[in-house]
Amino acid sequence: MNKPDKKVYLLLLSSVLLGACSAPTPWVKPYERARLADPIMSFSRDPVSSAYTNHVHQAREGARGAENGQGGGCGCN
Amino acid sequence: MQLLKLTMAKIKGCRAAAFLLLGGLTLCQSLLAAVLPEDRADALYHSYDGGGVQVTGPSILVRKSIGKSVSVSGNYYVDAITSASIDVVTTASPYEEQRTETAVGVDYLHADTTMGISISQSIEKDYKAKTAAFNLSQELFGNMMTVSMGYAQGNDIVGKTGDLLFEEKVKRQQYRLGLSQILTKNMLLGLGFETVSDEGFLNNPYRTVRYADSGSGKGYSYEPEKYPGTRTSNAAAIRLLYHLPIRASIHGEYRLFEDSWGIVANHIQIGYTHAYKNSFIFDIKYRAYAQTKADFYSDLFPYSQSQNFYGRDKEISTFNSQTVGIGISYEFAHNWHMLERASLNFKYDYIFFDYQDFRDLRDSTAPAGSEPMYNFSANVLQLYFSLWY
Repeated sequence: MNKPDKKVYLLLLSSVLLGACSAPTPWVKPYERARLADPIMSFSRDPVSSAYTNHVHQAREGARGAENGQGGGCGCN
Repeated sequence: MQLLKLTMAKIKGCRAAAFLLLGGLTLCQSLLAAVLPEDRADALYHSYDGGGVQVTGPSILVRKSIGKSVSVSGNYYVDAITSASIDVVTTASPYEEQRTETAVGVDYLHADTTMGISISQSIEKDYKAKTAAFNLSQELFGNMMTVSMGYAQGNDIVGKTGDLLFEEKVKRQQYRLGLSQILTKNMLLGLGFETVSDEGFLNNPYRTVRYADSGSGKGYSYEPEKYPGTRTSNAAAIRLLYHLPIRASIHGEYRLFEDSWGIVANHIQIGYTHAYKNSFIFDIKYRAYAQTKADFYSDLFPYSQSQNFYGRDKEISTFNSQTVGIGISYEFAHNWHMLERASLNFKYDYIFFDYQDFRDLRDSTAPAGSEPMYNFSANVLQLYFSLWY
């Protein structure tokens, strides 16, 4: 029996990935996101304050990057 | 479905899968639209006081949308510094200086994609920095997930007070990747990854290292520090945010960091936020940070120029710090005239820094290399007023 070639594997992989991403039907419906839209559920509620706090840390620590307040959002506005 | 069959029939070879994936990802986009950042203005006064250093100043951040697709922002930030830090009192004279940073940005929203560019400029009398950044974020899977990525490039010019001929350059590049995911109707997950690459004059032209010198009365002498000309760092962070059954939330955060200088650092933060009667929000947090030293760091080198690179900045030494913070926000003026709302906010952080291999040289009675380890605490205040319109 011939082994399936690379193309078949890639098409199968594509189907699986597409299946996985066509699924969403989001499991948290828009009308269930009231709590997520609450300001207390923001990773960076006040950007002006987050930026300053990051600056305080960066100036005194060796570590840098991947700070809170960069990008993100939960799509629940 | 018909379109998919037709497409399947036409595609050939290995390109098919890639093509299909790309098309699939496009189809996966949510039917719900993404939104621009909120229109708001913030005026903040900040104050840092610790280790002989005081830094105060304002930060003004304004954001306004133009139509439904464009949002512009501007930031004006000042650090007014008075420094008599441990480095300064042991090797130099206290000084005062000011750093002013200005930044403008534009975000453009199209369907579920937001693209943004920004430029910023930071000016001190002996240091100038310019940065340009590009950011892209995409909402996916019914707006359950936001993927963001960004690139920034900075070009700095390093000067030295009292030496008009001194001018060095630094080039910085940042690559960011982020993901925000709704896990349940009460829980959010955030992931972040960032690589930063620097090239150029990376040490401080004023700072020195000390080395053992039996010819000196103190047992040691100083010479200018010398850092490597390149540095690359990677940081990865995970954050969780959970809404409790009452109007309150808890959050947790962990970040791991490593760089080409041998520094490995991590921190953990936990916090609790409590809303009260639609007017007050209270915050409390705890943060613990720890790092190892850079390969070329030493508190006391055995002799002058004992290795290729040498540094004695406490920022690259082995240390840990702990922070306890509280915050209170008062919201008012809901739907008052043209305002959506306003808030008055106060935050206070207490930070304790404890150094493991950076000694306090103010103790001149101890033999060189036997001085007590240095530590200090800092008080950080933020008072700001915010308007949403």
